[in-house]
Amino acid sequence: MSIFSKVTQAVVQFVPDRDRDQLSEEHRIVGKPIDRLDGPQKVTGAASFTADFPLEALVYASLAFSTVAKGKIRKIDASEAEKSSGVLSVITHKNAPKMKDPPLFSPSSGTDAAASTANVVNTDEIYWNGQAIAVVIADTLDGAEHAASLIKIEYDEEPAALSFEAAKSQAETPKNIMGEDTEVERGDTEKVLAQAKYKVDHVYSTPRFNHNAIELHATTAAWNGDQLTVYDTSQFVRGVADSLAKMFSLKKENVRVLAPFVGGGFGGKGSMWGHVQLCVLAAKVVGKPVKLVLTREGVFRTVGGRTPSEQRVALAADETGKLTALIHTGTTASSFANDFAEQFSFPARHLYATESLYLTQKLVRLNTTPNTFMRAPGESIGTFALESAMDELAYELGIDPVELRLRNDPDQDPAKHTEFSSRHFKEAYRLGAEKFGWQNRPAQPRSMRDGKWLVGQGVGTAFYPAYRFPAAARVRLNADGTAVIQSSAQEMGMGTATVQTQHAAERLGLPLEKIRFEYGDTNLPQAPVAGGSNQTVSIALAVQQACEKLHRELLKSAKQDQNSPLSGSHFDEVRACDGGLFRRDKPETGETYVEILSRLKQDFVEAESETGPPLETMKYSMGSYGAQFCEIRVNEQTGETRVSRWVGSFDTGRILNPKTAVSQFRGGIIMGIGMALTEETFFDERTGRIVNPSLAEYHLPVNADIPKIEAYFLDIPDPHTPLGAHGIGEIGITGCAAAVANAIYHATGKRIRELPITLDKLL
Amino acid sequence: MDSPLAAHSVTLHVNGREHKLQLEARVSLLDALREHIGLTGTKKGCNQGACGACTVLVNGERINSCFALAVQYDGMKITTIEGLADANGLHPLQQAFVKHDGFQCGYCTPGQICSAAAMIEEFRGGAPSAVTELEAKDIEFSDLEIQERMSGNLCRCGAYVGINEAIRDAFEVLSR
Ligand code: FES
Ligand code: FES
Repeated sequence: MSIFSKVTQAVVQFVPDRDRDQLSEEHRIVGKPIDRLDGPQKVTGAASFTADFPLEALVYASLAFSTVAKGKIRKIDASEAEKSSGVLSVITHKNAPKMKDPPLFSPSSGTDAAASTANVVNTDEIYWNGQAIAVVIADTLDGAEHAASLIKIEYDEEPAALSFEAAKSQAETPKNIMGEDTEVERGDTEKVLAQAKYKVDHVYSTPRFNHNAIELHATTAAWNGDQLTVYDTSQFVRGVADSLAKMFSLKKENVRVLAPFVGGGFGGKGSMWGHVQLCVLAAKVVGKPVKLVLTREGVFRTVGGRTPSEQRVALAADETGKLTALIHTGTTASSFANDFAEQFSFPARHLYATESLYLTQKLVRLNTTPNTFMRAPGESIGTFALESAMDELAYELGIDPVELRLRNDPDQDPAKHTEFSSRHFKEAYRLGAEKFGWQNRPAQPRSMRDGKWLVGQGVGTAFYPAYRFPAAARVRLNADGTAVIQSSAQEMGMGTATVQTQHAAERLGLPLEKIRFEYGDTNLPQAPVAGGSNQTVSIALAVQQACEKLHRELLKSAKQDQNSPLSGSHFDEVRACDGGLFRRDKPETGETYVEILSRLKQDFVEAESETGPPLETMKYSMGSYGAQFCEIRVNEQTGETRVSRWVGSFDTGRILNPKTAVSQFRGGIIMGIGMALTEETFFDERTGRIVNPSLAEYHLPVNADIPKIEAYFLDIPDPHTPLGAHGIGEIGITGCAAAVANAIYHATGKRIRELPITLDKLL
Repeated sequence: MDSPLAAHSVTLHVNGREHKLQLEARVSLLDALREHIGLTGTKKGCNQGACGACTVLVNGERINSCFALAVQYDGMKITTIEGLADANGLHPLQQAFVKHDGFQCGYCTPGQICSAAAMIEEFRGGAPSAVTELEAKDIEFSDLEIQERMSGNLCRCGAYVGINEAIRDAFEVLSR
């Protein structure tokens, strides 16, 4: 830890907590399972995604990709493409106008959002196989795609770093992991391990994965003088706008980025990939609005996925099952055009009490598409290793796997040594075990069978930190008693628009139908990236503060008016309900917003608020916890695994909308089932080429692969978060792969430590 | 033989409206709908026939419109997601998808709903699926059948449980 963060951490312990949010316990609108408010638009085709906006005189762009992994472009011949029917322009590094270097995404910068430092088409340098090297613009989509196939490229190829295995010997230790110390050490773990009677020590590996949101990455760009308007499939509109402003030397306020509906992101749309700047460049070159929709292959070639990893977990315990040593180390990969060490060691920092602890990570660099965050980066692959190892230890000890976790529930954070803000780990386990019927499970592997199917049951801990980022929001009350909430937040299906409307309705004391939540537009107050499951609480705090500000102002105006029934009332004495402000002691005394605004003779009143840094996450250990229980069936003859039952039980603070929340949990679990059993991006280490860049050969779970997943939650508010809530977008995927691997062990007696667990590994 | 780039006159009957278009033979039905007619409710998820996001109904049967050339559909009746609701309001499937949260991002949804609409008709017509017992006379509208018959429509958000509940619910409404 840097001196600065050490000092901050120490000082923060003395900072008083924010008042507990009174709405944490309110159950009028927040907490209700209301239907998604944008549902009717989504089921009628009326929801407009990036590629759906009809701009006047729109033309189409298509990309050509490098076919080598490293080197320089020697020659590029675009003459055929240029002559092809309908082609307006072909942009290569020979003729491309200069852009400034892409500002690499960094959480501390605020809005730098580029996924890679490669200034594609402004350079002849090749960093990975599949890098975009030319843009064709034509008056039709087919014309652009065909012409892109006519570009001929010759390379001066150089030897590339392609083998993860070979690169391991040169692995570096990153300076920090997402701002936290790379290394955490307490006690002499190796010594404890060597002397322990009960121990496990194994290596677990995970392959490359790709997000594969069904919506293809797309950008539409239109210039008007030095004003730029961009529709983009983005989880971070503000970041895209500011990064484009830097690259094209524009004033920030001259760039507007919109993303009203995003067709799934999962981290893949959290930073700005090269096609975004290329679309903007193309629009500038041809002087017309340009639409660039990546092909599915184009997404695999130019948008990175999850790193491969190799992780060692070693655990030692005394005979009661109490951990005496926990080691979690390993290596992930990044590229030569970015710098991201995926935080697989994070779960072990917070989950279990242990006498000694050693965690560290290494990083190799390969000539691949820059890796990026994919749903629960770190925690999803980290829990595969850690929770598989916990299961292995349980068998070593002869202790039930659930019981082993319960015996190691810590009183304070094992790495930070701070209090937990809210932790109900044991309750989550108990609830899940009860719903699943865990007590009926025979301990012995290979003890359940249904004809040719070997049946097994497994469990794994789910964990994800509770983050909050600074955010801004504006609240406007209109004279007709309606309200508008604004923040540049993004909606990729998490239910943001719905829960923030519920929140504002509760906060303002208005019915849902009187509230409109506006988002997905950089003209609105600044929201952070929708990532790290932060968005719901980040925006909620900004909305809470803006509402409070507005209410205080309304009370101030009432004070000056003897006729107002609220005259002389303090903020703490009133409550927002029934469309206005009313006294807590005399609920019939008060005024509706309509009355207040008519008294003030104003069309509307508004307030804006910007929240500060998340001191609470420094002061406390803040996270969400859960237990994933599953039953699987392995075909003894073919090795095929089917998931037959799933129960997820979660401690994720207060649930704001049980209907959309259950969908979030299930969605994460399904991605976890894919990670466990079918998904893998195949990478040819000879050429650096991804060989299955399609949905036909990258195997996402389909409908028939998924049982009726049950998701339960404790719904206990965290006293230190707005509404008592935690974000829940990522925790669902964590712990899943381990639960499946553990169930497979229980069914077959075979321990598979390498994902995905395809049938060949079980034969 | 015509040049592949020659324009062909094509008439598409989409959602009860006639569209007279001049299209190159290479234009897919999906791109014709989206880029030439401006009906963007139908989505492109792969352009390879692998995801089902582009599902539309042709004479009541479901097809992947990305895998179809528009010129082949000259004169045929096409229904897209925009054409499912009628004067009485949303189609029972559309209502049920909202009620059961059969989506998150909503991108695969038009394809899921069109697919489900045709699937219900296939089922009622007695068409068997890969999971139907060989000697089955009356096929039961079981979860297994629904899941099998809907597995050509991928949902990365993982809304399958809600999708299946919605289809079951709508099937009952449609069977009344
Ligand atoms: S877009 Fe047609 S099947 Fe995927
Ligand atoms: S709802 Fe997002 S892909 Fe299905």
